[in-house]
Amino acid sequence: MDDTPRDRAPGDSREGPGQSELRAYLIGIGLAALLTATSFWVATTSVLWAPGVAVGLAVLAIAQMGVHLVFFLHVTTGPDNTNNVLAVAFGVLIVGLVVAGSLWIMAHLNANMMP
Amino acid sequence: MLGKLSWSVIPVDQPMVMIASGLMILAILAMMIGITVKGLWRYLWREWLTSVDHKRIGVMYCALAMVMLLRGVTDAIMMRAQQALAAGSAQGYLPPEHFDQLFSAHGTIMIFFVAMPFVVGLMNFVLPLQLGIRDVAFPTLNSVSFWLTASGALLVNLSLVIGNFARTGWLAYPPLAELRFSPDVGVDYYLWALQISGIGTLLGGINLMTTILKMRAPGMGYMRMPMFCWTALASNLLIVAAFPVLTATFAMLLLDRYLGFHFFTVDGGGNMMMYVNLIWVWGHPEVYILILPVFGVFSEVAATFSGKPLFGYRSMVGATMAICILSFIVWLHHFFTMGAGGDVNGFFGIMTMIIAVPTGVKVFNWMFTFYGGRLRLSVPILWTAGFMVTFVLGGATGVMLAIPPIDFIVHDTVFLVAHFHNVIIAGVIFGVFAGYTYWFPKAFGFTLDEGWGRAAFWCWLIGFYLAFMPLYWLGLAGMPRRLQHYQTVAWQPWLELAALGALIVVAGIACLLIQLMVSIRTRASRLDTTGDPWNGRTLEWASPSPPPAWNFSELPVVDGEDAFWRMKQMAREGHAGPAQAVAYRSIEMPKNSPTGIVTAFFAVLTGFALIWHIWWMAGLGLLGALVTMLAFAWRDMTESEIPGDVIAQYYQTHPSEPKG
Repeated sequence: MDDTPRDRAPGDSREGPGQSELRAYLIGIGLAALLTATSFWVATTSVLWAPGVAVGLAVLAIAQMGVHLVFFLHVTTGPDNTNNVLAVAFGVLIVGLVVAGSLWIMAHLNANMMP
Repeated sequence: MLGKLSWSVIPVDQPMVMIASGLMILAILAMMIGITVKGLWRYLWREWLTSVDHKRIGVMYCALAMVMLLRGVTDAIMMRAQQALAAGSAQGYLPPEHFDQLFSAHGTIMIFFVAMPFVVGLMNFVLPLQLGIRDVAFPTLNSVSFWLTASGALLVNLSLVIGNFARTGWLAYPPLAELRFSPDVGVDYYLWALQISGIGTLLGGINLMTTILKMRAPGMGYMRMPMFCWTALASNLLIVAAFPVLTATFAMLLLDRYLGFHFFTVDGGGNMMMYVNLIWVWGHPEVYILILPVFGVFSEVAATFSGKPLFGYRSMVGATMAICILSFIVWLHHFFTMGAGGDVNGFFGIMTMIIAVPTGVKVFNWMFTFYGGRLRLSVPILWTAGFMVTFVLGGATGVMLAIPPIDFIVHDTVFLVAHFHNVIIAGVIFGVFAGYTYWFPKAFGFTLDEGWGRAAFWCWLIGFYLAFMPLYWLGLAGMPRRLQHYQTVAWQPWLELAALGALIVVAGIACLLIQLMVSIRTRASRLDTTGDPWNGRTLEWASPSPPPAWNFSELPVVDGEDAFWRMKQMAREGHAGPAQAVAYRSIEMPKNSPTGIVTAFFAVLTGFALIWHIWWMAGLGLLGALVTMLAFAWRDMTESEIPGDVIAQYYQTHPSEPKG
């Protein structure tokens, strides 16, 4: 079993945690903190056009998810990572279907059924 | 100190409930005394209750499902009897209070504690064997999953004796399920039982999905996996995607009920339509979680008993994965009449009709598998044939219901009741019985009695048609579902016929129980010494029956579909090489662990405490569960070694696996 090629599980490393691993985590936490700080700043500042704040926050949130996936969950595009990428893709597809579908349905229900 | 709990919550004024719970308690006591007298506690604890062997856990799942089936069927018989009696001026024997609990408990039990554990149990037992490996990815987690499911089942049964169960239907729609309209503990029993068992199901789904994706035998590429593994993969993907939605939805309803939130209330800005939307986001994938694995069972049975490979393997894989995705875009058809309007209803109606296409592909594939084969009309094939005819009928009424204008006419009538029983009984239930008969010799080393198996099949089939065809008719005639009493006397003969059908189904269950007893009594004459009683095609038949703890002494090397069939063919053609003494290597196997059963104890404690608002006990239960998990995480010795000579000794009395 052990000589068959297999995917890296998220967080698995072949060489053991080394210098480069640590650097990746530090970059990750730096980016995550930066994005978090930016969203607080965006919410309180008047630099952005007020109705655009929500959009800005959504963009930052999605960027945050990307940072987490790449730096902490180690989802990469390497050939040893197919399962992880597929898992993320499946998750994104289902969440997209459910959220979009629910918004569509609830908007129609609100239009038709609310007094 | 004890929250809402007091002596008055035991329904002593309801003789029927007291007799039922008395019998239940007596049965449990009798069983415990029997175990004590025979001195089996030690054996049970070491070999079953703390076992992390996927085969033992699978068998326990199926046993749980069988026991809960008896409870669910009892509810069904009581409802059928009530509806057969309570026409016109007659009121029947059940007060509305009780009747409402019955239909809620019947649905909850049949879906969550009969169909789910049976399907999960079959997957647990069969998957590692079919994949040619020794256990699932996370053996102890597997035990935890089972015990959490059992905890949920225990809480539901506890509601019979202490307090009451939900009167809201099996999905507890708000606002009826909100505190304002259901102030007692019924809905809390429902919610906490399903939260606990739902977490178990989710953990089990993650476990089996990882097993299929990461742990196949050498050479078993995706397109060489048996069909059951494919359908199980799709089903577990759906579990992982859908069950968090259920947990989150119930969590919101719990916040409404416990902490005064307003997610789904009528006032305070709540929106109960959102609950209906979310619960069906889980609910529709759920029916495919149940049906997909049994499609796999039918595929295995059809191929084995026809003596030829499954027709259209690739199209079958494609159809399975198409259903897996499509099942997430049809959920609105459960609430066409809530008022979403034409374009939304149209879209979801069309998607629903499209999902019938891959299912149709499967039916044709099974028929072509039969065609030209040497069909052996054994019990599993009877279930399969009965399924194919009856399920197509249920699918056709499903496509009818997918047309919104028709749904507006028959929604909430017994037509719908007939439809979903048609697909769930003729699909899931027939499927798990086919799988039960098919894999029983693998699990226990002897086959089940044919005669009683046939009797059970015919009783179920005839009973099903008698019980539910009248409901189609009554639904078209406008009879609403969930009626405790009705004025239209003209319906009564049809409902009497349905009650007769239900009785025949009960006879079918009796046949199954007799079959089990007869088979155990006469097991000496029906031993399976080869490990391959049906002339099977897939790897589970390569190991002895019952398989040893390690399943395979060497992981089989797979070089194509139907791996075991190819091995046998090679041996027949004399390519297998002369039999020689094999040197058996020692094998590391996971150690037994009481983590699962201890976690379940604390889960029941927590659930019970939360239902009755006994906050200190809930804290204690949560703490206990946490400590159990930490204790498990900190242990050093997780595996024990089975030495090579023990394995060699085993294979001297058992047939050894053919080598690929």
